[in-house]
Amino acid sequence: MQPIISIKGVTKSYASGLQALQPVDLDIEKGEIFALLGPNGAGKTTLINIVCGIVTASTGTVTADGHDIVRGYRAARSMIGLVPQELSTDAFETVWATVSFSRGLFGRAPNPKFIESLLRDLSLLDKRNSKIMTLSGGMKRRVMIAKALSHEPQILFLDEPTAGVDVELRRDMWNLVRGLREKGVTIILTTHYIEEAEEMADRVGVINKGALMLVEDKKALMKKLGKKQLTLHLMTPLQRIPAELQSWALELKADGSDMVYTVDGAGSVDISTLLKRLSELSIVIKDLQTHQSSLEDIFVNLVTERT
Amino acid sequence: MNQPAAALKFNRHGVWAIYKFEIARALRTLVQSLVTPVITTSLYFVVFGAAIGSRLATTSGVSYGAFIVPGLIMLALFTESLSNASFGIYFPKFTGTIYELLSAPVSYVEIVIAYVGAAASKSVVLGLIILATASLFVPIKIMHPAWMIAFLLMTACTFSLFGFIIGIWAKGFEHLQFIPMLIITPLTFLGGAFYSIDMLPPAWRAFSLFNPIVYLISGFRWSFYGAADVGVGISLAVTVGFFAVCLALVAWIFKTGYRLKN
Repeated sequence: MQPIISIKGVTKSYASGLQALQPVDLDIEKGEIFALLGPNGAGKTTLINIVCGIVTASTGTVTADGHDIVRGYRAARSMIGLVPQELSTDAFETVWATVSFSRGLFGRAPNPKFIESLLRDLSLLDKRNSKIMTLSGGMKRRVMIAKALSHEPQILFLDEPTAGVDVELRRDMWNLVRGLREKGVTIILTTHYIEEAEEMADRVGVINKGALMLVEDKKALMKKLGKKQLTLHLMTPLQRIPAELQSWALELKADGSDMVYTVDGAGSVDISTLLKRLSELSIVIKDLQTHQSSLEDIFVNLVTERT
Repeated sequence: MNQPAAALKFNRHGVWAIYKFEIARALRTLVQSLVTPVITTSLYFVVFGAAIGSRLATTSGVSYGAFIVPGLIMLALFTESLSNASFGIYFPKFTGTIYELLSAPVSYVEIVIAYVGAAASKSVVLGLIILATASLFVPIKIMHPAWMIAFLLMTACTFSLFGFIIGIWAKGFEHLQFIPMLIITPLTFLGGAFYSIDMLPPAWRAFSLFNPIVYLISGFRWSFYGAADVGVGISLAVTVGFFAVCLALVAWIFKTGYRLKN
């Protein structure tokens, strides 16, 4: 299937000599949730702004559903919605006016019914006649989302959607994103909250210092780079790993009182066999705990290893 | 596949949205937008028309009070078009809401039509209100109403376009005032808003002919009283020429993304 967004060889360098983006190649599949992870200043926003038409790429091409974002900007942009990172709103406008404005700006005929249901979904309906300047930060964030969705886009960019929002709004946001995905909307979000990517994304891209370091299915990534560790606290410390257990990836820690069994993401964990072997060898276990590396561990490893 | 704007040749909803937004902005600040210029103009009438004008001889067969009406309308038109249009595009740049405009499926032509059209509409309405106010003070006749409207429209569009350029160029609020205060206001005062340049000594008169504002005011005054400092054809040519220069500048701005896009 043709990717809904195709980024080919996109770079961005500024007159100051700053290379904000190394050549980036990336395909986004229709209907997926793609999380772009990276530390501050990695180039996430630059990449998004290029796709949305706010920044001009130095080289390379981008297409949205087959439409080149420069030559076919009308078709490309009318299917894209953007929620930028900064809370930029028209302070003196009402919620209703600003959301209706966005719909018109994106070439759609007025549809008060749709705007009404959109505001209801975002818990903004009772604020529709309020001026934006009177709203709280979280409410303004909702207004920004309503503006981005006002023209019923097929592709939604969320640039740091949950930076500085409270728990409730973050949960609402995640529900909203899931709901949109069910309607077939493709979602690209940037975040530096790894839990967000872990919770939401189908695929993850890691960007650092302007270079896209990897793009991977989230589950595959967790499997490939994730580790599972089983730590067994032994009743009596061991001097060394018994010869009968040499085939297992075991090591002793804490002066021999802890036995650690590590399995990389691809391996299968056969705890019951291990426990059976241990009991055959009369090794008594006091307690055990398991640890599974999170996307965060993987991410930190990736970013520190390669820099 | 739902592609509403793919076949769109002209984003009329987009243009209308921006136009409405800009007009709503003026209505929110009705006092600054309309009442202030009307009061200012009335003061000019009291000072120049009634107090000083009554002691002056008639100029080209019209009383001094009536003579200055076209110049005053032009002065208001210049200032208001510039400030309205420059603020209209500068403010989104300042607050950051420009992101939406840049990411929307609107062409540059549509953006200009919407912003400049809104600013020019406001100026034209203001010009007509000042004309109505003036007619309360002095008897006014308009010999060439069609030309009067044409000059009004062209000047409003040209200066709104010029204001749009200033708004894009501006890096701070003080820049918005810079060109109007430093260039346009002096040129208007020296451009025959309050006198006929025939009244000047020959050397100054020759010098005045380098001031483009002279031609704009002269043409507009001709449409009222049929008398002009310079030929009406030249006035028309200068107005259209100025419009073309602004249009070329805007085209260049959009082509290069000057101070809009990185």
